[in-house]
Amino acid sequence: MSMNLTLKIWRQPDASSAGAMHTYQLADVSPDMSFLEMLDVLNEQLNDKGEDPIAFDHDCREGICGSCGLMINGDAHGPEVTTTCQLHMRSFKDGETITIEPWRADAFPVVKDLIVDRSAFDRIVQQGGYISVNTGSAPEAHSVPVPRDDALRAFNVATCIGCGACVAACPNGSASLFMGAKITHLGELPQGQPERDSRVVNMVAQHDHEGFGGCTNIGACTAACPKEIPLDVISQLNKDLRTAIRHGH
Amino acid sequence: MDMPDTVSAAEASASGFLDGDYDDAAGYYTPGTPLVDTKAPEGPIAERWQNRKFEARLVNPSNRRKLSIIIVGTGLAGASAAATLGEAGYNVKSFCYQDSPRRAHSIAAQGGINAAKNYKEDGDSVHRLFYDTVKGGDYRSRESNVYRLAEVSTNIIDQCVAQGVPFAREYGGLLDNRSFGGVQVSRTFYARGQTGQQLLIGAYQALERQVAAGTVSTYTRHEMLELITVDGKARGIIARDMVTGAVETHLADVVVLASGGYGNVFYLSTNAMGCNVTAAWRAHRKGAYMANPCYTQIHPTCIPVSGSHQSKLTLMSESLRNDGRIWVPKNQADCDKDPRDIPEEDRDYYLERIYPSFGNLVPRDIASRAAKNVCDEGRGVGPEVDGVRRGVYLDFSAAIERLGKKGITEKYDNLFDMYERITGENPFEVPMRIYPAVHYVMGGLWVDYDLQSTIPGLFVTGEANFSDHGANRLGASALMQGLADGYFVLPHTIRDYLADGPFEEITEDHPAVVEARESVKGRIDHFLSVNGTRSVDSYHRELGNIMWEYCGMERTETGLKKAIDLIRSLKDDFYRNVKVLGGAQTLNQSLEKAGRVADFFELGELMCIDALNRRESCGGHFRGESQTEDGEALRHDDEYAYVAAWEWAGEDSIPVLHKEDLVYTAIEMKQRSYK
Ligand SMILES: Cc1cc2nc3c(=O)[nH]c(=O)nc-3n(C[C@H](O)[C@H](O)[C@H](O)COP(=O)(O)OP(=O)(O)OC[C@H]3O[C@@H](n4cnc5c(N)ncnc54)[C@H](O)[C@@H]3O)c2cc1C
Ligand code: SF4
Ligand code: FES
Repeated sequence: MSMNLTLKIWRQPDASSAGAMHTYQLADVSPDMSFLEMLDVLNEQLNDKGEDPIAFDHDCREGICGSCGLMINGDAHGPEVTTTCQLHMRSFKDGETITIEPWRADAFPVVKDLIVDRSAFDRIVQQGGYISVNTGSAPEAHSVPVPRDDALRAFNVATCIGCGACVAACPNGSASLFMGAKITHLGELPQGQPERDSRVVNMVAQHDHEGFGGCTNIGACTAACPKEIPLDVISQLNKDLRTAIRHGH
Repeated sequence: MDMPDTVSAAEASASGFLDGDYDDAAGYYTPGTPLVDTKAPEGPIAERWQNRKFEARLVNPSNRRKLSIIIVGTGLAGASAAATLGEAGYNVKSFCYQDSPRRAHSIAAQGGINAAKNYKEDGDSVHRLFYDTVKGGDYRSRESNVYRLAEVSTNIIDQCVAQGVPFAREYGGLLDNRSFGGVQVSRTFYARGQTGQQLLIGAYQALERQVAAGTVSTYTRHEMLELITVDGKARGIIARDMVTGAVETHLADVVVLASGGYGNVFYLSTNAMGCNVTAAWRAHRKGAYMANPCYTQIHPTCIPVSGSHQSKLTLMSESLRNDGRIWVPKNQADCDKDPRDIPEEDRDYYLERIYPSFGNLVPRDIASRAAKNVCDEGRGVGPEVDGVRRGVYLDFSAAIERLGKKGITEKYDNLFDMYERITGENPFEVPMRIYPAVHYVMGGLWVDYDLQSTIPGLFVTGEANFSDHGANRLGASALMQGLADGYFVLPHTIRDYLADGPFEEITEDHPAVVEARESVKGRIDHFLSVNGTRSVDSYHRELGNIMWEYCGMERTETGLKKAIDLIRSLKDDFYRNVKVLGGAQTLNQSLEKAGRVADFFELGELMCIDALNRRESCGGHFRGESQTEDGEALRHDDEYAYVAAWEWAGEDSIPVLHKEDLVYTAIEMKQRSYK
């Protein structure tokens, strides 16, 4: 049972050129294909016709590296709660028109076609998204037990893959969910306490500097997040920021 | 390049080259001088690493900033090394082809990381981890390296916990462990099914901390396309900025390759789409020997292929084998039935039947071949692809009864989700279907005890080197090796090399540098100018089929010789008929792939030659000609207890084989038996 689709795809040669939507017809799409395999098939056909294939980011195709990310019919990563690479064509219907665009956010400029520049995330992490411990200076792992519930919460938010869907989904282009996930992950653990105040202050400053917008509690981020990072990490972020300021940071 | 180190026929036979019963690869290679790893210190095995660390010269802290290190790769092996060397004060440049260091393929590792902590008091120790790793590697690894790996394993866990890696914990707040693929102690630390992700994020954060400190600069979306050697020493790389297309020259005092494995030579594998051999292969062509390239690990628990559009295969962590039971129907007639309707007595739990003491936890190669055998017998399950059902059941119903749905979810949740997402079937209700897929390569660039290749100043870490796993890697040991190399081994051994600094200043107009840069530009221009009729992917797929068919789970002399012919003619056709659109001065994904596939052809041929030479079955390498009466792998220690290190002899020459004899002082070689 294969499908015929109309695809409207954003094409843009590079960062400084204007882009536009282009329409392609694709026949014989299997429901067992992943979304990116569907684009592979289209690209093979374009290549045969002598048209430049469509550029998109991807690597693991297992939903874990965070490389992939497309706006599909206006939804970051499409209709399911998962990454674009784990979305399968059985989520679409024969005859459907699908629009495919890159992440749209001031802090994520388009590089080419569907690829954007997310290096702002790395720069936010540089400002404190870590625990300072030089190699070789760590104490024995069992010297500090961590209550299981704290460890679980830390783990649950540490699963963020840095894909940027939260930013793309947010009308303000805020990266608060991404940042809140890191603040909460490290803040839940005893090891993360010494730098807790400076971490949140510096990361938030970098976030604002990169041109990400502020959070107005819309919740579109968490709805789009393939890892279901909960909205309360943003409350945690705000709470930690208030505490840090109270501590004189 | 220097003349290869070959020996005359007389010398060859004197050194044991030609006196075996077989020389299957005769005509495909030239015998070379033996290799000796001079860097492993003598003495009792437990003291060797301590001694080496002490003997390795120190570099004065005030001189470190003036010494520059290029590290290609930001996976566990590369990011950990970059962070550690940055902390030490060296001037580090870190490269990756992804848009962020955090996305390196290590991120995808699921099951866990081993360490000899003995937290479970179940008899584990450094010596036991060492023993298990050598045995698991089928006595084809270098014992002093493996011992060191086991020794530093415990430091890794301490380091990662201090970084905030959220490993699974027990109710008391202490770390939890599980037993994993082929061992009988619980020494595997894990973070649900996302261990690689959590470890890599720890290393990535440490790396970014050094970026902020100014010791490390990162070059993302940069692909290394050539190694620069000057006077026989590694002095830099040529990399392409994948956004602008600029061909850049980066010079340094020492180069580290942490560029991962080459499983994608098979086209379909569990590796990320961009995993490639280019960095390693370019170094190989410049004089770095490639060791045991045929040692490939085929993982038993992957989701079966669903059709010709398939672009990659997805692994289900083998930790699932702890709780899942593997079976196929006893009768062919049941193969297309709903598995839930097949009664217990009509099921063949073949691993439990054949290997009663290890059961579903036998090593990967045994589990993989057993799955292939039952499917070849016609007892496979799932959809028929090309007339064969390639799949076996991995059944959780007993475990769900025992642990409850909640217990299973806590242990494996994202794996169950992933399976359902891909297949559309819910494994809580229907047994999973699995089939083997290429997963990991034990082969890689040859390194000595210091992790230095045959090119002075070129070090190789992680999956890109050959060093620790012999012919087969145990589960949860690649993460251990990557972090051991990067955090705890390389930073000590590299300083001995750097202590020779300051090194002679090199400029971008040095003839060797110009030559490297021009050769990269020439290759790029060639790919763009062929303007043939076939896409890069179509060649890659065809190469992958050849490799899987003839250099996969079972290899034979005739098959391998046929594969070599097929690869040679496919490669010829590729250079004349490939179609790469677009330009050089722009982001061009087809161009990126063309360079990688070109190198895969040459690697694929060498893998077949290596497999042809090794007429024995060991670990992941199974030669049809070398098996027992009941089809078990048969090793030949008398002839093949050596590392096969291959030297590139030039475009139109056959490779040169150098042998490093494997000598065991701390362990006795035994034929492996898991019965
Ligand atoms: C699905 C899966 C699950 C696994 N699960 C486990 C597990 O549970 N336990 C375990 O121990 N092992 C596991 N492994 C194996 C393990 O993940 C890898 O062997 C290991 O992570 C390799 O790490 P690495 O640092 O050597 O290389 P990688 O993580 O592959 O990193 C390679 C780096 O090199 C860069 N690079 C490559 N080529 C170039 C180039 N030409 N130019 C510039 N940069 C380049 C890449 O950008 C990347 O940064 C698993 C593997 C797979 C595929
Ligand atoms: S919080 Fe969610 S959506 Fe945002 S980057 Fe992380 S995984 Fe992606
Ligand atoms: S390609 Fe890695 S998350 Fe989609």
